Amino acid sequence: MYYIVDSVMDMLGTLVDTPVMEVSDLRMHYGDREVLSGVDFSAAPGEVVVLLGPNGAGKTTTIEILEGFRMRSGGHARVLGVDPADGDEAWRARLGVVLQSWRDHSKWRVRELLEHLGSYYEAYSTPDKKRPWAVGELLEVVGLSGAADTVTGKLSGGQRRRLDVAIGIVGRPDLLFLDEPTVGFDPEARRDFHDLIHRMTDVDSTTVLLTTHDLDEAERLADRILILAAGRIVASGSADELSRQVAGASEVRWTRDGRRFVHAAADATGFVRELFREHGEAIADLEVRRASLEETYMKLVREAEGS
Amino acid sequence: MRRRLLVAGLRRGGIELRQTVTNAADIIGYLFPVAILIVVLWLIGDAEVPGSSTSLSSYSLVSSMAMLLVIGGVASTAQYLTMDREDGTLLRAKATPNGMAGYLIGKVVLVSGVMVISCLAALIPGALLVEGLRFDGGTILILLWLVPLALLALLPVGAVLGALFETIRGAAMLMLPVTALTGVSGIFYPLSVLPGWVQGVAQVFPMYWLGLGLRSAFLPGEPGRPWQTAGVLAAWAVVGLVLAPGILRRMARRESGSLVAARRERALTRTM
Repeated sequence: MYYIVDSVMDMLGTLVDTPVMEVSDLRMHYGDREVLSGVDFSAAPGEVVVLLGPNGAGKTTTIEILEGFRMRSGGHARVLGVDPADGDEAWRARLGVVLQSWRDHSKWRVRELLEHLGSYYEAYSTPDKKRPWAVGELLEVVGLSGAADTVTGKLSGGQRRRLDVAIGIVGRPDLLFLDEPTVGFDPEARRDFHDLIHRMTDVDSTTVLLTTHDLDEAERLADRILILAAGRIVASGSADELSRQVAGASEVRWTRDGRRFVHAAADATGFVRELFREHGEAIADLEVRRASLEETYMKLVREAEGS
Repeated sequence: MRRRLLVAGLRRGGIELRQTVTNAADIIGYLFPVAILIVVLWLIGDAEVPGSSTSLSSYSLVSSMAMLLVIGGVASTAQYLTMDREDGTLLRAKATPNGMAGYLIGKVVLVSGVMVISCLAALIPGALLVEGLRFDGGTILILLWLVPLALLALLPVGAVLGALFETIRGAAMLMLPVTALTGVSGIFYPLSVLPGWVQGVAQVFPMYWLGLGLRSAFLPGEPGRPWQTAGVLAAWAVVGLVLAPGILRRMARRESGSLVAARRERALTRTM
């Protein structure tokens, strides 16, 4: 059955622009415990997809299946046109992987390690994508030029994370997996990282699948946000679309005669119109806030976990 | 493509070899057995091997190379592998195209290099202390077949054991059987002083045969049994090479980020 589905997909893939990632009804269970119970999504070239979800929701499991590091229990998955369960080395060369925590190669120097790991990608260089990324330039891009000759075991947490990102992109991947990439970054490093992601998606049309717990980051980077809760995708869309989908109340704040007021209103515009009609000039310091991604997220996750 | 991969693997081994010979803790690790050996040789003094004109100190010096080779080829290989799994180095190799092959080539270079270095570190000062070693064309001829065969016999077995042990601590336990084997393999005294059944057990393992082969290379008048030696070592090599690819592949297949994270978690709680 899967064989037929796969060959039909192959034929279709040659006719239309294939999605970079395509997942349907992805399932995973460890013994009796079901971790993923039917995950569906796809990603187009150059798209940044952010996977949000509480701890234990199956984010890392999903990523590991797509990276080809873990065998799924069921469902259909295609990554760069290949089933990740049988991806070969040429397929591997088009992926970049940044896991949650690395502390490998602790005796190697930064430049030495990047040069070595980069050398494996030379064989997969193409006319429109020269692999690997030149190490000097890469160090510049991730902000590690000053630490090029440092032993990796002696890097600070944030520097080590920059190195992980550098290793993840040294092969100039078509698809980049980032599992909580900015943990331990200071605000400046975080902004540099966001610029880097934008640059990769714009210049190289790299597709990115990223998990994070930082909702501001999700909002800033994502073309599309997927919320994974209780083993399935409970919502998908841009940050705006999600908050509209939840149709949460907006928060209205104002002061009147020096007193502060806060009110949650489903129809903020109507509420404010009424407010002015009633109190006119007495209203000051008016503020209207659409449900933030955080509120949307909390609401969706709570609903999913409650059900 | 193949060539490029081979170059990457060799370079990897070279870099790791340079790291280990410039690392203080590793240097102490190589010199420690050498120091013990020198003390033993000094204690032995002028004693002779019973029923032979060979001095016991030269006998022990040469035989102990066999112990060092087994420690390097089996115990260290297993420990490198568990260490690289625990810190994610192996997973990194898996995430890199052809990285696993490069990793293994690199490890073979590293382990062989470490084995040669640890032997030379003992042999060179030892040779100044004892008398009656020979080093001629015959020595080189024997080493030319014995050393590669030793690597083939020991490394795959070390790799298999490294794949089977989950933790560094487990792999470190390998030193116990290696030490026990040293005791019965005729390293510090001839096998003939041991009970017959112990002699039989010892002759199943490579250490005895490596010792015998090395003695025939370095000690004048020590007869070797080259055919049996080659036969036993080759048998170990075949067993190792048959088992290793499947077991290593299984180990690599199971490797994932969450597994590395879980191992790290366990390692942290253990040390606290």
